[in-house]
Order: sequence, then C-alpha cells, then structure tokens
Amino acid sequence: MKAAPFDFVRATALSDVFAAFERHGDDARIVAGGQSLMPMMNMRLAAPRVLVDINHIAELNGVSETDGTLRIGALTRHQELGVNALVAEHAPLLTMASTHIAHPAIRNRGTFGGSLSHADPAAELPACAIASDAVINAVSSSRGERSIKAVDFFLGTFHTALEPDEILVSVDIPIIGAAERVAFDELARRQGDYALVGLAAKGTIEGKTFKDLRLVFFSVADRPILATETIATLEGKDYSPDTVTVAEAALEVDLQDIDSDLHTSAATKTHLARVLVGRVLAELAGEGRQ
Amino acid sequence: MSDTLTVNLTVNGEKVSRAIEPRRNLVDFLREDLQLTGSHVGCEHGVCGACTLRVNGEIVRGCLMLAVQAEGAVVETIEGVSDSGEIADLQEAFHERNALQCGFCTPGMLLAAADLLNANPGAGRDQIREHISGNYCRCTGYQAIVDAIEAVGRKRSGQSS
Ligand SMILES: Cc1cc2nc3c(=O)[nH]c(=O)nc-3n(C[C@H](O)[C@H](O)[C@H](O)COP(=O)(O)OP(=O)(O)OC[C@H]3O[C@@H](n4cnc5c(N)ncnc54)[C@H](O)[C@@H]3O)c2cc1C
Ligand code: FES
Ligand code: FES
Repeated sequence: MKAAPFDFVRATALSDVFAAFERHGDDARIVAGGQSLMPMMNMRLAAPRVLVDINHIAELNGVSETDGTLRIGALTRHQELGVNALVAEHAPLLTMASTHIAHPAIRNRGTFGGSLSHADPAAELPACAIASDAVINAVSSSRGERSIKAVDFFLGTFHTALEPDEILVSVDIPIIGAAERVAFDELARRQGDYALVGLAAKGTIEGKTFKDLRLVFFSVADRPILATETIATLEGKDYSPDTVTVAEAALEVDLQDIDSDLHTSAATKTHLARVLVGRVLAELAGEGRQ
Repeated sequence: MSDTLTVNLTVNGEKVSRAIEPRRNLVDFLREDLQLTGSHVGCEHGVCGACTLRVNGEIVRGCLMLAVQAEGAVVETIEGVSDSGEIADLQEAFHERNALQCGFCTPGMLLAAADLLNANPGAGRDQIREHISGNYCRCTGYQAIVDAIEAVGRKRSGQSS
C-alpha cells in the first residue's frame, strides 16, 4: 500500500523540529532513516499528518570521544556504526552488533537514534545500549536537554521514556576499559532477520574470572532484559563448563516471565537463550565458541 | 491532497526538477513520473529488495525513501547502470548462468551485487549471500545468482573462474 497524505517539513536545525511540534502537537512525527516508520506508514499502521525530516540537522551527526566518553550522534547510520574507527576502538559491542541489523540497503539509511527511539523489542541496539551503560540525551524546547540511562529508557514495545515533544540527539557510551571485554550473538532464521533471541554482553575478565557482567537479552520480552540473577550468580566465578551450567540455571529465573511470540514459544526462546549464554561466556573468557 | 514540493535531483546523470506530493516514495516517482520502470515494486515495506536504487553512491530501499527526501541527491537506477556499461559483466554472467527466471528481482539483485563487488570484488560466497540477503528471489533458489556474482568478482579481481 501507499502512505496516507501528509505534509513534509525539512528541518535543518533543532528549532525547526520544535516549531513543528509546537504547531502540530501529536500530529507531527520525526522521520530519521525511515526504515521502521516508512513501512508502518506504507501499511497505514501509522499516518502522521506532518512528517519532520531530521536528516539535514548537522548537529545530529558525528562520533567523538572526550574524557572517557564516546558520543554518538542520533543520525549515525547502522552502516557507519559498523565501520567507524572510534566506535570499533571504544564501543566494539556496537561494531559487532551492526552487521546483524537488517541488510546493507537498510543499514545505509537506518539510524542509531531511530533504532533506540523506535524500541522494537527484537532490535539489537537497545540491548547494546543497556549492556554498555549508555546514556541517552534528549532535547525539548520547553524543558531543554536531559539525559536518561539506557536501562531506564525502554518501557515496552515501541515505548520509551521520550516525551512526545522530545528529540533524541545523541548517545553517550563510557569507553571500554582495558580489562573489559564484550561479546554479541544472536540466533535468527536468516542473515539480517530479526533475532529469535539475542544477547549483548560486557564485563571485566581477570584471568578467567567474571566481574561486573552486563548480560542483556533481546527479543525475549517487550523490552531488553538485563539478566540480574545470572549476573549475580556469575560474579567472581571462573569460566568453566560448570559455571556455564550454573548460569543456565540462573537464567530460568531471569527469563521466567518471557513471552512467546508469533513464531517462537517461550520454551524455545529459553532454550535458545541458554545456548547463547554458553557461547557468549566462552567468548568473554577468550575460550572461542563452544 | 497535501501540497506538492519542488524537488531537484539528478537521475542517471540528468538533472530533474519536479513538483512532487510528499507521500510519493522514490521508486514510485521514478516509475510513474519519470517512466523508469526498471526498478520494481514488490512488498512496499522494505522486505523484498525489488525496489533497490543507488542514492549518492549507496544502495537504498526505494520504497522506504520519499522522493522529496532526494532533494539534491544523485540517483542511479538499473537503467543508468545498464546504459553506462558499469554492470555489463554482471548482466552477462546472470544471463549465462541462468541467474534469472521471471526477472522480477533482477534489477535490485544486480544493484546489490554491484554494490558488493565495487567494494570487494574478492568477496566469497558467504559474503555474497550476506550482501544479497535483503533481496528476495522467488524463482532461482539463489544458487545461480551466487555463482554469477562470484564469477564476475573473480574476473574483476583477476583470478581465473
Ligand atoms: C526489512 C527490514 C529488516 C529490519 N531488520 C532489523 C533488525 O534485524 N534489527 C533491527 O534492530 N532493526 C531492523 N530493522 C529496522 C531498522 O534498524 C531501522 O533503521 C530502525 O528500527 C529505525 O531507525 P530509523 O532511523 O530508520 O528510524 P525511523 O523509521 O525514521 O523512525 C522510527 C521511529 O523513531 C522515531 N525517531 C527516529 N529518530 C528519532 C529521534 N532522533 N528522536 C526522537 N524520535 C525519533 C520516529 O518518529 C519513529 O517513531 C529492519 C527494517 C526493515 C525494513
Ligand atoms: S518494494 Fe521495497 S523492499 Fe519490497
Ligand atoms: S528471477 Fe523471479 S524472483 Fe528472482
């Protein structure tokens, strides 16, 4: 199908976005890469009266590093995340995750800010943001700028802490420490498909000992799940097959309320999550894939 | 109907200026307004890849970009890269290896293949499959398509096929 008619605003500054929000309220909708919004509009699942194109707002671009923090602009494309040298050096989890997102033609348009704002429970980047302790920066004309921890940002399917008149401008990620490692894996039916289950992980590894792990599952519930029980169980433990077994058991607690979706039952998802935790712990411990 | 906007862009090397309704997506604009019907329209929600176009040198979904977003852009379609001869070797290989049957997916498939081989002519079969993973073919079973792209990549990078 074709999208319903709408008016189009080509914003070149944040003030253009705020003006559109002020004038049109909820009828105005931001479009970034359009790789989630346009399909919804073409299927008439969304019909904004006014579309505000933010692709030409220069300050939403760019990746920079200052004082131990990597700042990634909202308009950074998935493709750029995958090849950017600063991202590879300071936030390699995003580099790893980027090639799992959709297909090349979609990665050329889709944006980091769009993926986080859209908050698809099966999306890779929200889970990576939580695993990386990211902070999301948003601006509105009435309240100015505020920062929201990634762990508090995702509230449900397509639902975030962003207010309707706010725009996500950038994401801050603490740069990876010398003793920290990251790992990412997902199971999908085909390359580029949304994951059946995925896992983004970060942690400090001393020898074979896990410390301060962040294990974040996605595509298991209405938002990414930080596996707190599994993380607590693994704290201070050495990597071994027994440790993996203990982690798998703890996972049952973290995932006890997970949902079946159209294609995959909760039991299958839990099984796949156990497979992933084994692989990812091995990778974090430098044991390669089991 | 919402107001039209005037958009200036370059399509296959020619400057075009048109008043366009905002809801018109780029592939419909090319097909319906410019009669460039080589790019196809399948699913209209980003899944099939039949609408693949090149915008400012990068492949994109023509159904997920609005024509009004192409202001100032350089757009290339299958007609453009055919006429320039850029993908003549790929077209020849697709023909020789039976890498198309109905041909519906072929324009998009060729642009995705060209995108990969321009960056990495030595791409292996896994990389080829990865790169065309966003382009559906309901006829060939993909094997012949991968064969054709691999053969051209080898030739271009000077290896024997
Ligand atoms: C076939 C297909 C397969 C896909 N597979 C995957 C996949 O495997 N994994 C995955 O994660 N994604 C996948 N995607 C989605 C893709 O990653 C999108 O790019 C992403 O979800 C949204 O980013 P966008 O920039 O395109 O946002 P848009 O589509 O432009 O916008 C999405 C939503 O976010 C809002 N928004 C966008 N930017 C901002 C901002 N800066 N501030 C406030 N609100 C904003 C919009 O108003 C809209 O509600 C797929 C898409 C397609 C078509
Ligand atoms: S028509 Fe655009 S991806 Fe199917
Ligand atoms: S040749 Fe028919 S869809 Fe590919």
